[in-house]
Amino acid sequence: MRYLPLTAADRRDMLATIGASSIDDLFSDVPAAARLAGPIAGLSNHMSEMEVERLLTGLSRQNLPASEMPFFVGCGAYKHHVPASVDHLIQRGEFLTSYTPYQPEIAQGTLQVLFEFQTQVARLTGMDVANASMYDGSTATTEAIFMARRITRRTKAIVSAGLHPHYVSAAKTLTRFTEDELVCGEPKLTAGAPGDDLDWILSQLDEQTSCVVVQNPNLFGHVADLTDLAAACHAKGALLVVAFTEVVSLGAIRSPGEMGADIVVGEGQSIGNGLNFGGPYLGLFATRDKYVRQMPGRLCGETVDAEGRRGFVLTLSTREQHIRREKATSNICTNSGLCALAFTIHMTLLGEEGLRRLAALNHARAVQTAERLAQVPGIEVLNGAFFNEFTIRLSKQARPVVRELAERKLLAGVSLGRLYPGVPELENGLVLAATETVSDDDIEALARGFAEVLA
Amino acid sequence: MSMNRQGRESGVGDGAAAEGFETYTGNRGLQLEEPLIFEKGAPDRFGVDLPAGPKIASRLGGLDRHKPIGLYGLSEPETVRHYTRLSRQNYAIDMGLFPLGSCTMKHNPRLNEKMARLPGFGDIHPLQPVDTVQGALALIHLVGEWLCKLTGMPGVAISPKAGAHGELCGMLAIRAAHDARGESRKLVLVPESAHGTNPATAAFCGYEVVGIPANERGRVDLEALKAKLGPDVAAVMITNPNTCGLFEPDMIEISEAVHAAGAFVYCDGANFNAIVGRVRPGDLGVDAMHINLHKTFSTPHGGGGPGSGPVVFSEALMPFAPLPFVRKTGEHFELVEEEQAHASTDHNESFGRMVAFHGQMGMFVRAAAYMLSHGADGLRQVAEDAVLNANYLLASLKDVMSAPFGDTGPCMHEALFSDDFLGGTGITTLDIAKALIDEGYHPMTMYFPLVVHGAMLVEPTETESKSTLDQFINSLRGLALLAKSGDDRRFKGAPFLAPRRRLDETAAARKPVLSWREPAQRQAAE
Repeated sequence: MRYLPLTAADRRDMLATIGASSIDDLFSDVPAAARLAGPIAGLSNHMSEMEVERLLTGLSRQNLPASEMPFFVGCGAYKHHVPASVDHLIQRGEFLTSYTPYQPEIAQGTLQVLFEFQTQVARLTGMDVANASMYDGSTATTEAIFMARRITRRTKAIVSAGLHPHYVSAAKTLTRFTEDELVCGEPKLTAGAPGDDLDWILSQLDEQTSCVVVQNPNLFGHVADLTDLAAACHAKGALLVVAFTEVVSLGAIRSPGEMGADIVVGEGQSIGNGLNFGGPYLGLFATRDKYVRQMPGRLCGETVDAEGRRGFVLTLSTREQHIRREKATSNICTNSGLCALAFTIHMTLLGEEGLRRLAALNHARAVQTAERLAQVPGIEVLNGAFFNEFTIRLSKQARPVVRELAERKLLAGVSLGRLYPGVPELENGLVLAATETVSDDDIEALARGFAEVLA
Repeated sequence: MSMNRQGRESGVGDGAAAEGFETYTGNRGLQLEEPLIFEKGAPDRFGVDLPAGPKIASRLGGLDRHKPIGLYGLSEPETVRHYTRLSRQNYAIDMGLFPLGSCTMKHNPRLNEKMARLPGFGDIHPLQPVDTVQGALALIHLVGEWLCKLTGMPGVAISPKAGAHGELCGMLAIRAAHDARGESRKLVLVPESAHGTNPATAAFCGYEVVGIPANERGRVDLEALKAKLGPDVAAVMITNPNTCGLFEPDMIEISEAVHAAGAFVYCDGANFNAIVGRVRPGDLGVDAMHINLHKTFSTPHGGGGPGSGPVVFSEALMPFAPLPFVRKTGEHFELVEEEQAHASTDHNESFGRMVAFHGQMGMFVRAAAYMLSHGADGLRQVAEDAVLNANYLLASLKDVMSAPFGDTGPCMHEALFSDDFLGGTGITTLDIAKALIDEGYHPMTMYFPLVVHGAMLVEPTETESKSTLDQFINSLRGLALLAKSGDDRRFKGAPFLAPRRRLDETAAARKPVLSWREPAQRQAAE
């Protein structure tokens, strides 16, 4: 077996050093009833690299990759172009095969990257501090609800209908046995502002509210000014949590921090990371300085070494499970280190100017797509303001339309029927994302595909 | 004196000249200093060219971001150099032994990386129509099937994103199962040697944590555990092999007692590498166990994630498993989400969704490549070699270090030492760890588990050769003897030869600096 260096002679010599007569001696603590005599049945035996490659490549060919067709699918995961140098750098063994930087003297590479990452995320979101990443946007959002409860000592969280329904589901699951109470809005396809429920939120906001969770741009692509909502939250002593699924939007629209948010969470996959069928992704989490000790997840901080040279360490770990055990702010241990590295490298390649250009190009492609689709009979574009994602209402149910278009090698978007099963008023809704990867030809093919399927 | 390949004499030199001067750059030969991107980059510098887009009228609703964001960019050559230079300040498995106990730092095969990047896996969207991702669902199904067969458990939840997330998944299922029976049990028993995530997870699910003591052999005290079982106990969270690197010989009796009390057995699968292919947790009476794909199945640790923590379940807990999961009907693979679960009779008790999508697909592909490469025969050899390597270390070091359970029989995949052998020297576990850095190793896990004083937990894994182990043993023996001789010069203040000397963690926590600020801003803040 190519990954196992010990030879038969090594094994013999080592057993002799140990004083064991056979390998079975070393498993003598295992109860006899649970000892397996040989390899487990029903599984194949070892394979050469060539054979594994053939088998897995075969499976991969049964999927339709995004880059092989006009692609407009978003809703929490986005197809962006990632520069080749990003994937090259994250595969350097010193990054790929290192551990969490618990020994900072020999992990300054990872730690400095985390410090750069935290700074980038804090600036993008308009916050003071960011942590070293979470599992994904959905778990980061739930952690924000917990953090708001710890800060305000209140338990009612108002969740906007514009929040990704999978994020809402995850939050419902994870708060099921905590004291948190979620009050969730119901999405409506309002023309001009789909999924917007600011009025409903204000009607629910009271002195028992720990936080309001809104997504911006929301699931339906609608972009809102949250400044007044932030002021209303603060007047009641509640926190405003702003979530996002498309981090590129922060290169074009006013930051949540500027609008008055207290905690900003989101999905960072778009920068540096591929679609990967849903994971691994990258949860982003940022807040104001004053709340840093209530933050979940790892934090990297600056310090000096014994010779006075600048260095970085994991810090404020008294919040964490390996110290606090059952009193920890969160049970999280592993985060998304390598995804954060990819994000930081890509963001460094972009810089301020590159990110703004990328965001502008995304917006331009989305506007172009929306305007073209608006000319197709049977399609109504619902959004007024949007970034790179918008919602359309079709003249018939969207799910079969998506399937029919997929058969023509067009991936047209996400039907709301899939995200909200059993809600008739959403069944004709479809959310499309257009990023920088979309071409004029893609848009034309999409419009023609819709025209044919809707005819 | 050693000989180089040309046969000329070579030596290390006396180094005195080199120590005598400071360089203008702060670099020391190949040891290169590197500033932050904010100190070398600029807002208008970039390493990405983008095509011109169509001319459009903005539809951002007047919410354009006008103020500077404060990002700094670099050109591509500068970016490549910056991150390459930073990478060289890291220790990694690719460079040498990484014997971090409980973390299973084994070789990460590059085939796995190549497979995960196939467009058919890496470039598909989680919300594509399921007919366009049948191969991806087949792969998830394949990984699930291997995990079930290797553990002897009937079902698997794929979506948990890491070990602690898997623990949460298992405990949520246990809580849901009790709720479904109309029982409201309040307590979870956790051995004192457990990982910190165990009590944190139990507390998160609304349980009160009760500790179980270890016996003098480093195992769970069966009688003490039985005494604590009762109608208010929901579950026992147990790690097997445990965090002392020992197999729990009473595991079957423990499970039987727990089940008799109406509770469930949660097993922390962090140490599955020691028994994969030799013991199936299902045969030990386990009801739920997470499997760290980033440990046993060698998906890379990446400097702190991403991990992946699928959970295998017993029949009793399967109905409560989270969404989504993959179901095979004939030759077709279905992704069971909320809608399909509500419509079916067997899964409508699911406790719900834990994350946005379907788990760590990128890690599933890597784990699949790893499993298929080893096969059932190779995985069994993995456990055997991992255990052999650890016992070899234990046998070769226990006369100069102190192995608190070294006389209670063989260890599993990791060897535990305490700091007893350092008694009276003033040298600590931390000092030994830092001295190992100067020897060119990543230190072992320090001060964990908490059940022995000054713990040093050494896990070599199966991918280390005998000669690597011999060199490590030689080095650690030397350090142990030196420490015991009372000579603390190599220890106090170590490491001396790393990119940084010891870092001031107290100062970092007292006045946290968690992001870079422009020098002017920084001065104003002070």
